Amino acid sequence: MPGEAQLLPGTLDLLILKAVSLGPLHGYGVLLRIGQISDSALLIEQGALYPALFRLVRQGLLKASWGTSENNRRAKFYELTASGRKRLREETDGWNRLATAIASALAAEPEGL
Amino acid sequence: MRFLAYFRALAARFFHRSQTGDDVEEELRSHIQHRADDLERSGLDRAEAERRARIEFGGHQRFREECYEALGGTFIETLIKDVRFSVRVLRKSPGFTIVAVLTLALAIGANAVVFGVLNGLVLRPLNVPQAEGLYGTEYGDGSGWQSYRNYLDLRDRNRSFDGLAAWNFAFVGLDTGGDPSRAAGFAVTGNYFDVLRMQPYLGRFFHSQDEHGPHSAPYLVLSHGYWHSRFQDDRGVVGRVVRLNKRPFTIIGVAPPGFRGTLLFVSPDFFMPIVNQDESVMNARGRNDAVFEVFGRLKPGVTPAQAVADVNAVGAHLRKTYPKEFGQKSSSLSPSGLNAFGRPVRAFVAGLMLLAGLILLAACANLGSLFAAHASDRSREVALRLALGSSRSRILRQLLTEAVVISLAGGAAGLLGSVALLGRLSMWQPFPRAPIRVPVTPDATVYLVALALALVSGFLFGIVPVRQVLRTDPYQIVKAGPAGRFGRRLTVRDALLVLQIAICAVLVTSSMVAIRGLARTLYSNLGFDPRNTMLLNVNLGMAGYSGDRLPDMQTRMLHAMETIPGVERVGLVNDFPPLVYAAGSRANVFKDETTDLSQSNVAAMPFRYVVSPGYFGAARTSLLAGRDFTWHDDKYAPPVAVVNRAFAGKLLDSVANAAGRYYRMQDGTRVQVVGVVEDGKYLSVTEDQQPAMFLPFLQSPSSQVYLVVRSRRDPQELAAAMRSGLRELDAGLLLDTGTWNSLLDVALFPSRVAAVSLGVLGVMGAMLSITGIFGMAAYSVSKRLKELGIRLALGAPRKEVLQAALGRAFKLLAFGSAAGLILGMLASRVLASIVYQATPRDPLVLAGVVLAMLSLGLLATWIPAQRALSIDPVRLLREE
Repeated sequence: MPGEAQLLPGTLDLLILKAVSLGPLHGYGVLLRIGQISDSALLIEQGALYPALFRLVRQGLLKASWGTSENNRRAKFYELTASGRKRLREETDGWNRLATAIASALAAEPEGL
Repeated sequence: MRFLAYFRALAARFFHRSQTGDDVEEELRSHIQHRADDLERSGLDRAEAERRARIEFGGHQRFREECYEALGGTFIETLIKDVRFSVRVLRKSPGFTIVAVLTLALAIGANAVVFGVLNGLVLRPLNVPQAEGLYGTEYGDGSGWQSYRNYLDLRDRNRSFDGLAAWNFAFVGLDTGGDPSRAAGFAVTGNYFDVLRMQPYLGRFFHSQDEHGPHSAPYLVLSHGYWHSRFQDDRGVVGRVVRLNKRPFTIIGVAPPGFRGTLLFVSPDFFMPIVNQDESVMNARGRNDAVFEVFGRLKPGVTPAQAVADVNAVGAHLRKTYPKEFGQKSSSLSPSGLNAFGRPVRAFVAGLMLLAGLILLAACANLGSLFAAHASDRSREVALRLALGSSRSRILRQLLTEAVVISLAGGAAGLLGSVALLGRLSMWQPFPRAPIRVPVTPDATVYLVALALALVSGFLFGIVPVRQVLRTDPYQIVKAGPAGRFGRRLTVRDALLVLQIAICAVLVTSSMVAIRGLARTLYSNLGFDPRNTMLLNVNLGMAGYSGDRLPDMQTRMLHAMETIPGVERVGLVNDFPPLVYAAGSRANVFKDETTDLSQSNVAAMPFRYVVSPGYFGAARTSLLAGRDFTWHDDKYAPPVAVVNRAFAGKLLDSVANAAGRYYRMQDGTRVQVVGVVEDGKYLSVTEDQQPAMFLPFLQSPSSQVYLVVRSRRDPQELAAAMRSGLRELDAGLLLDTGTWNSLLDVALFPSRVAAVSLGVLGVMGAMLSITGIFGMAAYSVSKRLKELGIRLALGAPRKEVLQAALGRAFKLLAFGSAAGLILGMLASRVLASIVYQATPRDPLVLAGVVLAMLSLGLLATWIPAQRALSIDPVRLLREE
C-alpha cells in the first residue's frame, strides 16, 4: 500500500495515548481507532500493541479494567489517567515542535540562506 | 520506598502468578476473537476467520513474553520461571541429573575441603585481637630458634615493635596431688599476654613485672581446654598449688576458650613464665634452644621490611659484640601462627589447591560435554521453541539456568560433605602423645568460596552448548531430525574429553608417584632399624634428679632393662632419638687446627646426640671404623666422640683415617674421634645426608633421655616388664613408652598426608575420567545405533562394529592419557620436595599409570560396548 508509513520508535506509545484519550477502549479497539484516526496510513503489528499497553499501565499513564465489548465478549478496557493526560499533552507539544522544526528545515531553499 | 513498593508488587505477582498469566492470555485471546468477529463479518466462515486472525496477530509466544517483561520485575520472575522449567526438565532425565550433581558434589567438596585447610592454616590469622599486626622472626636456617640472651637484646634494642614476646615449648610432669602426668605447654615471656592483648577467662595473667630473675615467677595459666579436661571446669582452681617437675607452681588464671597459643596446629595445656626454664639454658648466649619463636606487634606505620632491617641491624651489633656465641646470619619476618612451618605448609596446601582446582576443571569439562550432548539431544525442542518465536537469548538463559541449578545442587551436596569432613579433621589428633591439632573449622569464607565455585563452574560448563544453540537452524532440524550430523571432525566435546582425561592422568600420575615414594621411604635405609625396638622416654628432671645422680640412675636403668628375658640389646640416647618428633639439636664444631673459635670459622653444624655404650648395637647402626663407646669413656677419661660418615668426610678427609683424629667444640675442648658409623636420617626422611656426632653419656649427662630396647619379638609384649623394671628403681618416674616405628609417625606425617591426599585426588580423577569416557562412548553408540545396526545386519564382524563404535573414544583416551602422563611427570618434580624418593622416572609408576588409564577406559566403555553388540537391527530399522 503506498499510503502506509513505518512507525518511528517511541511513537506507538503516543498514538495509544491519543487513541485512548478519545474514550475508553479495549486492545483491539485501540488498534482500530489508530487505523481510523490515521486514515489507515500507520501500520501496527497487532501483537506488538499489548507489550506497549502493559508498559503504559505500569507507568501509571493508563488504567485498565475488565468489561464487556460491543461484540458481547469479555475484554480489558483502557482509559487515560490524569498523569496520562498530562503526558499526552507534553508529548504532543514536543512532537509538534519537532515536526515543525524538521519540516521547516526540509523546506529551506538555497536563496533563503 | 519505591524499592519497597517494587518488592511488594513483585511478591504480590509471585503469589498471584497464575492469575497474571491467565490475564495476559485472556486479553490476547480476546483480541483474536474480536478480529475474527470482524473477519467473519466480511464473509469468512468462523474457523477460517480465527485462523487468519491468529496469523495476523504474529508471534503469540513472543508477545506474551514481552508482555510479562513489560509488567516489570521480570528478572527475578523469569529466573523463577526458568528454575521451575529447569527442575522439570532435569526431573525428566534423572540419570543425567544425578551424574552431573554427583560429579560436581565431589569436585566442589574436594575444593571446599582443601580451601578449608588453606583457610584454617594459611589465610586465617591467630585467634587473638588484631592478629594482622603480629610478626614472628625467622632466621637463615628457616627456624625461629633463639637464645634467651639474644631475645633480651633484641627486645630492648629494636625500634620497630610495640613489645616483643617469646615462647618455647615446655614438656613437664604435672602433679596436682599424687597423680603425676605429662603435660605439654608453652614457656612464655612475662609480656606474652600483653603483646597479644589477651584478657583472662578466669583469674589473672602474669606480666613483665612478675619476672625477677631465674625461677622468680612460679605461676601457671591453664588453657581453657586443659582446665576443662584435667580440672573439670573447676572455678576454684585459681590459687591452687600444683607441682611442675616437682617444683610448686600456683595456678593464677585460665585463658579464654578460643585461644590455643601462638602456633596454629599446637594446642598447649598451660602457659608458664619462661624464667622457669633451666638456668643453664637461659644464661648461655649460645644456647639457641631457649626460645622457639620471638614475635611482636609492629608499631603503627612500621612496615615489615623496615622491621626486618631493624632486626638485622640488632643482629649485626650482636655478632660484632659476641663473635663466639652469635651465629645467626640474617632474619626475616612472617605473620605469626605458622613460624618456620609456614613455607612447606603453604607450598603443600597451595599445591593441593592447584590439584583440587584441576579436579574441578576436569569436572567442568566432563559436565560441559555431557551438557552439550544433552543439548544436542534437545535440539528438536530448541528448534521448536525458536520456530514458535522464542528468542535465542531467552533459550540460552534457560540453558544457563539449568546449568546453575545443577551446579548449586552439586555445590550444596559437596559443601555438606566437606563440612562434615572438616569437622572430623579439626577433631583429629594425629599423634596421641603430642598436642597437635588441625584447626580447620569451616567459616563463612569457606561457604562463600564453595558458592562462588559452584556458580562459576555452572557458568563454565553451561556455556559449552552456546555455540550449538546459536547455530541451530530450526527449519533444518525440524525437517531432518537431530541425528543428521554426527561428524568426523574434531568437536568441542572431543577437545573437552581430551582435556579432562589429561587432567585425570596428571592426578593419577601424581598420586602414584606419591604413594610409591612413601612405600620406598618405609623400606629405605634410615641409618638405624626401627623394627622390634621399644623407646622409653624417662625424664629424670621431672623426677627431681640432677648432677651426678643422672648418669648413675641411667646406668641402673640400662642394666635393669638388660635383665628382662627376651631383650636383645639396650642403649640410651638423649633428648630425642633420630626421627622422633622431628626434633634434634645441633652444635658448632671446628677443625682441630682452628684457634679462633668465632662463628665465621665454624667447620660444620652436626646433629649432636649423647648416647650410651651399646646404643649403636641397640639401634643397629653399623660401625664402619674404629670402636663403640665403653663404660670407661667417663668424666675422668679424655673426651671422645663417634661421628658419622658425612662428618668424617667433611672434617676428617676420609672414613679410614678418621679414628684417632681430633676436632674442637665451641668451648675449645679437643675431642678425639674413636669411631665412624654409617649415615642416617635425623630430622626428616627427606633431608640430605647430614653430619652427626655422638658423645658418650657419661661425659655429657642429660636428664631427658630415651632408652632404646631391642627385643627378639614384638616389643609391646615386653612393655609391661620394662615399665615395672623401671618403677622398681624409682616409683616416681614418669614413663612414656612406644615402639620406634610408632614414633616415626611424626617424621613420616608430611609424606603420609601428601600420599593420602594425593591418593584421594587420584581416585577422584579416575572416577571423573570413567564418567567422562562413559558419557562420550554411550553417547556415540546411541547416536550411531542405526548405522551400527545396518552394519551388523549386513554381516560386519563384531570387532569391526566395536571399532566403529568405540575407536574414537579410545583414541581420545590414549591421546589424553599420554598428554597427562607427561604433564604429571613434570608436576611430580614438585612432589619430590614433600614426598621422599618420589621420582616420576620409575618404571613401576609408568606402567601403573598406563595400566590404570587402560583399565579405566575398558571399565568405562564396557556398557556402551555391550549395547553396541546387542543391537537388534530388525527392531531398530522397524522403529525408524
